[in-house]
Amino acid sequence: MRYFADVGALARKDLLLELRARDTLPAMLLFVVSTLVVFHFVLPADSSDLAATGLLWVALLFTALLGLSRSFAAEREQGVIDGLVLAPSDRSAIWLGKALAILAFLGLAEVIALPAYGLFFKPVDGALVAGVVLANVGIAAVGTLLAAMATASRARELLLPLLFLPLAIPIVIGGVGASVAGDPGRYLGLLGLYDALFAIICWASFEYVVTE
Amino acid sequence: MIRARSLEKRYGDKRILRGVDLDVPDDAFVLVTGPNGSGKTTLLRLCAGLAAPTRGELTVTVERGRVGYLAHEPLVYRELTALENLDLYGRLYRVPERRERSGMLLERFGLWEARHARAASFSRGMLQRLALCRTLLHEPSLLLLDEPYSGLDDDGVNLLDRELGERAAHATFVVATHEPERLQGFASARLALA
Amino acid sequence: MAAAIALVFFYAPLDEDGLNQKIFYFHVPIAFTAYASFAWGGWKALRHLWKRDENADLESYVAIHLGTIFGLLTLVTGSIWAKYRWGHWWVWSEDQLVLFLVLFLFYCAYFMLRYSLPPGPQRANMSAVYALFGVVLIPVSILAIRLSERFIHPVAFDRGGPNMAGSQFFTFCVCVVAWFAVAATLYQLELAGKRLDLRLRELREALQE
Repeated sequence: MRYFADVGALARKDLLLELRARDTLPAMLLFVVSTLVVFHFVLPADSSDLAATGLLWVALLFTALLGLSRSFAAEREQGVIDGLVLAPSDRSAIWLGKALAILAFLGLAEVIALPAYGLFFKPVDGALVAGVVLANVGIAAVGTLLAAMATASRARELLLPLLFLPLAIPIVIGGVGASVAGDPGRYLGLLGLYDALFAIICWASFEYVVTE
Repeated sequence: MIRARSLEKRYGDKRILRGVDLDVPDDAFVLVTGPNGSGKTTLLRLCAGLAAPTRGELTVTVERGRVGYLAHEPLVYRELTALENLDLYGRLYRVPERRERSGMLLERFGLWEARHARAASFSRGMLQRLALCRTLLHEPSLLLLDEPYSGLDDDGVNLLDRELGERAAHATFVVATHEPERLQGFASARLALA
Repeated sequence: MAAAIALVFFYAPLDEDGLNQKIFYFHVPIAFTAYASFAWGGWKALRHLWKRDENADLESYVAIHLGTIFGLLTLVTGSIWAKYRWGHWWVWSEDQLVLFLVLFLFYCAYFMLRYSLPPGPQRANMSAVYALFGVVLIPVSILAIRLSERFIHPVAFDRGGPNMAGSQFFTFCVCVVAWFAVAATLYQLELAGKRLDLRLRELREALQE
């Protein structure tokens, strides 16, 4: 119980910070909508709807990267992360709290992005939404841990996409598969498996990322 | 409370600490002195558990939740108010009646008026006062203070002196400072790093 | 040294088969070796985190370094194989090739991470965590890439894996052993070199004091 109270306090803090500074979510929203508009011009007139679905996933992935690259900005300033690491709570709570906040941002960005996609390209169906939800979990879990790593490095934001994209390939395959294939079940299964596996490793290994 | 034997810490090729022995009995007040770059901060970080020694042994017989660490940086969120910062730490440290305690500390350190102001708008001295509130919030039994007087005005110095005087009898202190004269009255031992 | 002699000994029968022998004998054993190196690197990473084994960081790094070199070789030989079989230098329908491309990118990112962190325990920890990600990424990617074929290439591809006769299988096994031996030798060599380097640096420091 105490663990979840810690997670709640940390996630709440991130939402409060966002509410105060408003620098991540508006950027994500604007980015995802602009990307969709750009994609309209990328696709030739007679290209299939399938291509648009693929591009939607590119847009979502890069929007997530945009949000993730900012996710530890508040902690990096003034080394506040040390203050959290010193607290008696389990260090994985820092990861979980941050991942939940990222999940909330992603969800909110998609609440705008998916209808926009439906409006610009083609209607959104249940399988796509299910795919997006499952993909969000994986993106938030892995992305948060990698963002913590990237934050500690010299290259900072530059490093995050490099670390993240190879690991995101299964997510993209699962997501695109779920939204274009006739049998989305197995792709949703792949996403679920990915989420479970990587959430466990991230949960278990986050402590090593923030301590020596 | 702390026992260190031939402690060594290196970052890559750079050796920060070498062969440090340290014994801090319960309720002692140890001053750590030395020139800039002699590893005072590193020693405190090791004791706080923020870093692991490269060689040597270090035992700290107090749990993480009972340690109060005052770092160079105030370790507070700039975009949160003083009260919100203390509230977050109060939750994480499971401080009973955290609101009352936060209020009391803010009052004592002269920040009550500024409790709803964002930390970003604080001056260096106010941030140091807020950092002291954060460090003392959970009544730690081991206090690791890194240059506690930095940035404080005369008023703040007096406040801190009073606070240290009250606590010195029933808490253990390890204080890194480059002006040991100021703390000479409290000190029970002194470790000079070269 | 013993490994090197064994290598020459094992290497000879391979050349007698002639170099026009299918590149398969190179490609697959090299891929196996790369997998083994990555797995070894992951195992050492786990040991570093779990047992706080100080040497494991360097060992993990060296294993992954070798794995990446072998991974690149797999890509090159695979590309040659693709040209020979299908007339293109790159075929997206070949799972193994696509997987190695993903892994190659992943492990390049591993080196980027390592080089942009100052040496020390934090770098060791982060590298180890990322290396562990790699070990999980391999099976998940295999699964994902298999699945992706269903929407990228709806027509089942005739893979036509070579039906190996007894002697071919023997040669294949010898090749696998030979490449493993090469990798093991290189691993020991690089490790010894790196350790010597560290030792030298320590001695130089001791001299200065």
